[in-house]
Amino acid sequence: MTETTPAASPAPPVGSWQQSTVVAIRSETATTRTFRLRLDEPMAYLPGQHVVLRLTAPDGYSASRSYSVASAPDGSPEIELTVERLGDGEVSGFLHDEVVVGDQLEVRGPIGRWFVWQGEVPALLIGGGSGVVPLMSMLRFARQRGGLGPVHLVASVRSPEELLYADELPGPDATVLYTRRTPAGWPRPAGRIGGDDLPAGTDPANPVFVCGSAGFADAVTSVLEERGVPADRIRVERFGPTG
Amino acid sequence: MPVTRGFRSRGARDPRLPPGQYDAGTEWPVLNAEATPTLSTGSWTFFIDGLVERPSHWTWEEIHALPGSNYAGDIHCVTTWSKLGVTFAGVSLDTLLSAAGPLPSATHIVATSFTGYTTNLPLADVTDGKAWVAWEYEGAPLPVEHGGPARLLVPHLYFWKSAKWVSGIHLLDHDEPGFWEQNGYHDHGDPWTEERYQGD
Repeated sequence: MTETTPAASPAPPVGSWQQSTVVAIRSETATTRTFRLRLDEPMAYLPGQHVVLRLTAPDGYSASRSYSVASAPDGSPEIELTVERLGDGEVSGFLHDEVVVGDQLEVRGPIGRWFVWQGEVPALLIGGGSGVVPLMSMLRFARQRGGLGPVHLVASVRSPEELLYADELPGPDATVLYTRRTPAGWPRPAGRIGGDDLPAGTDPANPVFVCGSAGFADAVTSVLEERGVPADRIRVERFGPTG
Repeated sequence: MPVTRGFRSRGARDPRLPPGQYDAGTEWPVLNAEATPTLSTGSWTFFIDGLVERPSHWTWEEIHALPGSNYAGDIHCVTTWSKLGVTFAGVSLDTLLSAAGPLPSATHIVATSFTGYTTNLPLADVTDGKAWVAWEYEGAPLPVEHGGPARLLVPHLYFWKSAKWVSGIHLLDHDEPGFWEQNGYHDHGDPWTEERYQGD
């Protein structure tokens, strides 16, 4: 990280809590669903940012979690959040089991000004598992602006059943690689990401956005550094500040 | 807060959990903005400079020769997980600051990591037994993914203030936003009043 000098201007405050209405729910995989929310107040967000979603019980108890926005900003008051159901996930389990179209959910955001891509420079996007979600916002943003975008997404998943956004991936600007099991006839054997999985002609001066588990991020960082990408071009995120 | 249809609390809430936090149990999520560095304790140092009488630094051996200090309690991440009843060991920042001698004009610090990460804190939040340089977690060396060989530990604030891979602190007479603070997060970060983002 080199960008540790004070910002030119302070980051604007995050918006306050607002209600949203669930307008669509889509299954991505057996454990992952996308929730399309219509916000009461439109939210000006950047590709890569996340929101906090809050559930409140009648006794006042509340539970909040951060979720990346998967949709690309297009001026609409609707956003999409892709939520993976975690084993005993208090919030993700509720969203998967209880929430139906028409329900209201409280959200706050957008949050995060580091892991964002605004289209100013070409970028390489590398996501593992559900880490592809914020990168999908960037890819969709690039596609929405027309033609082959200045981004390339590499999505790493264990098996075909775990691929999110399967109707949009792969593509000329998106590579999918499988680590445990591939679809029949897939040209690349199953295996972890390596240098050969990066698109040819990757400019080491451009930023690389990496999102996934800590182990995945470390493996990708090693691959990138072997390919000559300086560490300070690599932005890693899983939803927020260092814990 | 409007009630969410169908949502119920899961029984009694642990009073150690600040508002909006959940108990991560045995999990310890790893969240980094940067690549995990490889640091050798042989070349490791910790510095204190800025508004002090005696700019100081300690090697790994020197800092271990100081009187040790432990923390037993809870930690809270702004991404809403908390870990309850954890233990860390290291040295109190009070011990290091008393060697360096903060000038009366010092009001804030910026903690720096070997990765270039920075975070800002009021001096009053890292003195009087509130902050440590920690190198042990649960009786074992602090794992590198959690900031080893040593991290700052300021457990009464959100955990991004507890800089991983800490290299030193710089004392200032004003507040100077660090990495996450420039990126929208709060300058103070008290979990009990939910100081999560700038403007909270």
